[in-house]
Amino acid sequence: MRVLLRNPRREITIDGRRRVHALLTELGLSREAHLVIRNGELVPGDGELSDDDEIEIRPVISGG
Amino acid sequence: MKCRTCRKPAIIDLPRHNANFCAEHLQQLCRRQVEKAIHDHRMFVPSDHLLVAVSGGKDSLAVWDILHELGYRTTGLYIALGIGEYSHESQTFAQDFATRRGLPLVIESLRDDHGFDVPTAARATGRVPCSACGMSKRHIFDRVARDGGYGAVVTGHNLDDEAAVLFGNALRWDVEYLARQLPVLPARGGFPRKAKPLVRLTERETAAWCIVRGIDYIVDECPMAAGNKHLAYKGALNLIEEESPGAKASYYLGFLERMAPLLSGLSAQQADELHTCSRCGSPTGAESADDGSAVCAFCRLSEKARGHEPVPVEMLMRRSARRAAAKENRT
Repeated sequence: MRVLLRNPRREITIDGRRRVHALLTELGLSREAHLVIRNGELVPGDGELSDDDEIEIRPVISGG
Repeated sequence: MKCRTCRKPAIIDLPRHNANFCAEHLQQLCRRQVEKAIHDHRMFVPSDHLLVAVSGGKDSLAVWDILHELGYRTTGLYIALGIGEYSHESQTFAQDFATRRGLPLVIESLRDDHGFDVPTAARATGRVPCSACGMSKRHIFDRVARDGGYGAVVTGHNLDDEAAVLFGNALRWDVEYLARQLPVLPARGGFPRKAKPLVRLTERETAAWCIVRGIDYIVDECPMAAGNKHLAYKGALNLIEEESPGAKASYYLGFLERMAPLLSGLSAQQADELHTCSRCGSPTGAESADDGSAVCAFCRLSEKARGHEPVPVEMLMRRSARRAAAKENRT
């Protein structure tokens, strides 16, 4: 699957199906500080992501 | 995962509520939390005209959207801070939101209206950029609210923001700041009433609100904020939250319920120490000189920054990147 990461903006490819929580853990990202978006819609923690998916992992922490 | 309320497929899991929600019931939860904050802290009343401070980020656009939906009369205020491309993009998001909702938006520019910008102010005064930025924004919010006769200034501070500030204040045991860290500050001595209706929502929830409502906002972090302590405190609190869901809400809301009342005497004492700025006429806590005149912090900052050659944001970013690299090498 293609994964868009932000701050800084970059794209990576991950092979194989994953649940959202497993993907965040694998990437070392806090569940409390990120949301996963697929086709403009949120995917919950147990949502399954497939090889064909294009997703965005959006950080929600802001520093102001 | 099923929505706790309707059992339809959930789009988000919220461990602190030990529940999952669909888009419709996530919005219901957010609205109810905002209504509860407004009610419990007597933030404002339906007849008040509210000035909403908008940055183009998720929190300020979410609070504007929710208040508008709840029927409040609102006007947005965007301040162009002169932080390069980041400021241009964030202004576009604020303007697009206002246009789509048909809501009035006041735009004020630090460079055009005051002769400086945040990077220049930071360099000219030796302050960290977030400090120069915050002070400038507060001054302009206050003035626009005072001049326009608004009932309150509303900001998008959320539960994570307040918990992180509380954490920082408690680390230093800064009791003066702790005494003032309230979700609503009453109008006093020319300062407008200030309210934070999102204090019961985490930033994961406000971001989710924007996504399900189709609100585009600036996702990129402010280039001036990288590496600031506030972000580090949020990271530390999120580590605790993951181990103990609800810890942030318990920490901050528990402070409001059990600790803030103990500090209220100190808060009242601070209210008595105001003067009038001899330059701009704003109220100020600055000490008066021997001749009785006082100059507010914004006028002092502005006088230094206006005389300084404009500093491009990239220059400060390179400097902070060098500092971060040096810090990493030390650890």
